[in-house]
Order: sequence, then C-alpha cells, then structure tokens
Amino acid sequence: MSILPQVVFLLIFAIAAYILSKRIKYLRRNIFLGKGETRNDHPEERWKTMLLVAFGQQKMFKRFVPAFLHLLIYVAFVIINLEVLEFVIDGLAGTHRIFAPFLGAAYGVAMNIFEFLAIAVLVSCVAFLIRRNVMKVERFTKPEMKGWPSLDANLILVIEIVLMFAILTMNATDQILASRGVGDYALLNTLFFSSLIRPIFEGMGNGTLIFIERFAWWFHIIGILGFAVYVTYSKHLHIFLAFPNTWYSNLKPKGEMVNMPEVTNEVNMMLGIPTEGNQETPPAEIGRFGAKDVNDLTWVNVMNAYSCTECGRCTSECPANITGKKLSPRKIMMDVRDRAEEVGKSIDAGGQGLEDGKSLLGDYITKEEINACTSCNACVEACPINIDPLSIILQLRRYVAMEESGTPAQWNAMFQNMETSFSPWKFSPSDRFNWAEKVKEEEVK
Amino acid sequence: MSTYKVPTMAEMAASGDSPEILFWVGCAGSFDDRYKAVTQAFVKILNKVGVSFAVLGPEEACTGDPARRAGNEFLFQMQAVANIQVMNGYNIKKVVTACPHCFNTIKNEYPALGGNYEVIHHSQFLQHLINEGKIVLQGGGEFKGKKITFHDSCFLGRANNVYEAPREVIKALDVELVEMKRCRTKGLCCGAGGGQMFKEPEPGNKDINIERTEEALATGATTIAVGCPFCLTMMSDGVKNKDREHDVKVYDLAEMLAKDMGI
Repeated sequence: MSILPQVVFLLIFAIAAYILSKRIKYLRRNIFLGKGETRNDHPEERWKTMLLVAFGQQKMFKRFVPAFLHLLIYVAFVIINLEVLEFVIDGLAGTHRIFAPFLGAAYGVAMNIFEFLAIAVLVSCVAFLIRRNVMKVERFTKPEMKGWPSLDANLILVIEIVLMFAILTMNATDQILASRGVGDYALLNTLFFSSLIRPIFEGMGNGTLIFIERFAWWFHIIGILGFAVYVTYSKHLHIFLAFPNTWYSNLKPKGEMVNMPEVTNEVNMMLGIPTEGNQETPPAEIGRFGAKDVNDLTWVNVMNAYSCTECGRCTSECPANITGKKLSPRKIMMDVRDRAEEVGKSIDAGGQGLEDGKSLLGDYITKEEINACTSCNACVEACPINIDPLSIILQLRRYVAMEESGTPAQWNAMFQNMETSFSPWKFSPSDRFNWAEKVKEEEVK
Repeated sequence: MSTYKVPTMAEMAASGDSPEILFWVGCAGSFDDRYKAVTQAFVKILNKVGVSFAVLGPEEACTGDPARRAGNEFLFQMQAVANIQVMNGYNIKKVVTACPHCFNTIKNEYPALGGNYEVIHHSQFLQHLINEGKIVLQGGGEFKGKKITFHDSCFLGRANNVYEAPREVIKALDVELVEMKRCRTKGLCCGAGGGQMFKEPEPGNKDINIERTEEALATGATTIAVGCPFCLTMMSDGVKNKDREHDVKVYDLAEMLAKDMGI
C-alpha cells in the first residue's frame, strides 16, 4: 500500500495546525488589546461556575426547547471528538478503524452511540435552521443580524449537517464492503442508523463503494479541520471560549459597579482626606476616564465579545430593546468584536491600528444606544455564558460624562442638583428632614 | 398617649446613645410627595415594634447612585465619601433602607471607599420582624384575600438576589399573590434604573413602565406591590396612563404592613 495518503494527511493536518496556531495567536492578541484585569480570586467558585454554566449548560435551560436541541449538539460534539482521534491516528498510521480490534464488541456499541448522536445533531440543526429561516424567531431577525451574522449562523448549521451525513455515508459503505469481505474492512455489529441508508449504496460495485467510503472519510476529517479554522472567524468561537469566559465570570453582586481608584485619589485630595497606603505608590499615569475604544475596556470585556454566539437572549430580555429603543446588548458585544477585529487586522497589515481615527464609541456604538440602558442586568442574567454587556455600556457612559461632558441635558441638571443640594432633585438640603414633622405629631396607635 | 419618635443620629450621639440601626431614608423617601408616605409608614412600624433606630436627617445626602450610573464617577465619589465620613463618624454598623438603589450602593459600592456596614433592605428587615413574631398582623385587614402582584426591583432582585423576602412579607398579609409572567430573575425593569428616572426615555415605540404596567394589570391584581421608590413612581404613572387608578393601587411593602397593623 502506498504511503501517499498518509503523507497527504500529515500535510493537511500540519497546514491546519499551523493556520489554527496563527489564528489563536491573533485572537489572543486581540483580546489583550483590552486592559489588564486580574480575576483569579476564589478559584473553587470559578471552577464551579465553569462546570455548571459552561460544561453543565445550566443557564441555557431557562428556555427549554433550544436548550434541549443545543444539548444534543453539544454532547455530540464532545463525544464525537473521540472518533476524530481515531480518524487522526488512522490518517497518520495508514490504518483503518484502529480502535476496533482493541475494543471488540464495545467498538460497535460506541459506533452506534456516535451514529445516534450524529442523527441527533442532524435533527437539531434542521430544527435550528427552521427556527431561524422559517419560523423567524424574533431574536434572530433583529437589525444587527442582517448579512454576515445570519449567513454565519446558517453556514455553521449546514456544515454540521453535511459533516454528519459524511459520517453516516462512511459507515454505511464501510459496512457493505465489510459484509462483502472486501479488503481490511472490519464487520461490526449492525450500525442501526447508517444501515437505514444502506439501500442507497447496495447496488454499487466494490470500486465505487471504496471510492465513496474514502471520499466520506477524507471529507469528514478535512471538513472538521476546516471547520475548526472557520470557527476562529465565526461567532461559533463560543464552543471553546465559553469555558474561559465562565471561569472569568464576575462573581460579585451584579449591581456593583467597579470602583475607579484613580478618581478616589483625586476626590480624597479635594476633600483633604489622607489616602491610606497610597503614598508609596503614586498613581500611575492617569489614562482616559471610562472607555472610548476597545483598548479602554478590559480584556475580559473583549473576551466576552469573542465568546458571544449572537443568540440574542440578552436583547430579547432588554427592556429598552423590547420597547423599541435602539439599544441591543447583543449589538454592543458584536460591535466590540468588530472593532477589535478592525484594529487587529490593521495592526497586522502595518496600518494605524487604534490610531485609525475611528473608535468603538461613535463609529460603532452611538450615545443613543448607551443612554437607553436602565442598568437592570436583564442581559447579564439572560446570557447563557455570563457575558456582561452592562459593564461595557457603563464604561462608555463614564467616558461620555467625564471626558466629553456629553451626557444628556437632563442628566447634567441632575448632576447639578446633586452638586448643589445633595439630591438628584432640586430641593433644599435643609428640607430633607421635613417628612418627619407630620409623623412626629401623630399619636402612636 | 405618646407620639411617634424619629430620632436623629446627632440627637442620639448628643445623649451618648447609639441605635441598633440607621434607617437610611434616601432622597425619594425625603422629598418625593407620594413616597414620603412610605418613609412615614416604615418609621411607624419601627416605633410600634420598638426597634432602636435613628436617621441622619439633614446630614444625609444622595448616595450618588444616579450620578455613577450616568457616568459621573467624580460626583458619585464626592457624595459617597462625604456620606461615609458621616456614617463612620457615628460608628454606624447596621443600615436599613427602603430604596434598593441606596441599598445596592451602600452595601456593594461603599466598601471600596472605606464604608463597611451591614446593609439590609426593608423587605428583609420586615420579613425578619414578622418571622420573629415582632410584627403581629391582625388578619382580615384591608388586603385579605385580595389579588396582589409583586413587581421585582432590578436592584433588589437581579442586582442582589433578593427575591423571596418581599414575597414572604406579602404572603403574611393573607393575600393571593399572583406572579407576572416575567418575575424574579426574569423580572422586567420599570424603566427608571441607570439614571433613566431623571431623563426622558430615548426614542422608541413604547415606554417601559407602560409595558410593565400592562403585564401587571394582566394578572388581574388589584394591588401592585413594590419595594422601590422609582418603581413606585413608574408603576403609579403606568396605572394612571391606563386609567385604572380607581381600581388598582400601587403600594410599597411597608405601607401595606402599616395599613394591616392599623397604624
């Protein structure tokens, strides 16, 4: 037997590995366009969160139907990867079904399980295509989904369907050849699902079947490698990033806004309060207050953006979006990713990167959008992988308020009231306790 | 017969006393004409139960929450640091407030600025008093058997995971608690958080409080219970907008309890 297929396989595998490693470096660099932030506290709680939310799909199950279909695809993805391991060994060693002799009857059982999962993926992907394109579930048809995002979603589903067909075709033809006693094809226990499509191939000659079987095998493995590369350009990155993304979840109460120590120093100086312990470490060079562009956000914010699979659960629960405002938390995440991509590509092309005259705020996200947010945390609660769009919105607001003085006039009035009378409304501070007068005169019943 | 007492921290300190809790009134509790009734109801309950409390009175200032959420970190911290100086000056350990925004800010955001207190929302405090048997409800009060729905405040619910305390308080009134479709973690905002209380909404096709009020009315409840001054305003406006003021009332938890206690 020629070793040509092995050489070709090795070559394809090496090319895929090379491209992937370049892509991973690129994504990593883009994520770290964001500012440093240390989130390593409470490791036990972080592992637990990752296990429950990412591995265990806990938050997905707030909506049962999509959660169930998604679970099938997810379980299949994890388990079928075991078969991919066999594919890779076979491809490199020039063997065929190398695990079969070791596992005996268990191999046939495993193959039947894989086939069941392949069918489950097929059914789920078809259901998802119907939800997107026929039922037109509202969250998939919002304005930010026009063009590439919708195409991306459909492509992923179609690719998965085709890959599953390749597995079933391969198994069906392989078993016909085995039953005919051709070559090294090993006869397994009946493979239930692929046997259903065997009639299509029964009338074909051995040569044709060997060609189809090999074609399906190569198609599947190249397809998977190609898909892995595609994923790095796609919203589908969540299959990997969901794990670190949940590990680095915000573990604090959702209502807490991150403090700005650089402001605290100035406030303390203004009020003449000695700052504890800060004397030895003079404040580092004060950058921008709040965020105008991706590099003002934290790397966790940018990782959130790359982890987002654009499911739109956040947007469908956002009170502003529900009532027709321009704000869509999903679009905030998509904009952060798009801007990080723009900057990353520009840097790689020797361009101006962050200094290209554009910025996240203004060119991607408008003030009208961030001004519509009620900071209600519905989006954060809704996200199946703990993405935090609110954190980004509030950082953008800080930039607008403190660097641009560009908040809406009514907010400026509220600021002024607070400065002069210590209340957001224009009341005299000396009247603050007037409410008690009436009650103090009332007799206790 | 004696009258209700509302001692201030300054008075307490002058007589060498320190109360068990500081009742943080908040700006709405101090100035909002409708919401002042909630402050008064809560103070009456505290008197009736005999809780040792005091307020800051004129020494209290806005926690800074709306400024912070509108992006003005300087103004927030100016307010916060001043408040913390006052509270630390009185050596305050325990704070109770009826406003979820004040609750969230003092509990979660003041520690980073040197203000560390045990902070309790009035729904939790009232639940505790009921459980301890310190609040004894008459039963057969104004709300008995009535349909009541509770509107979750975002800053109490999702922001701080307090979902059950207000419901336990309502249930103690022997009423029929009916839930809206979007409740607890999925509760829909009233539209006032994040500084929205202080500006007109951005362009859209509906106001958020109308959307929420419609949902509340759809339960058939005759009382919409809230635990937040902003929610109270927004839901009351919504009910007014729907011309249902005559048969649907919006009340804070403390008001409902005080009514039932006959005070």
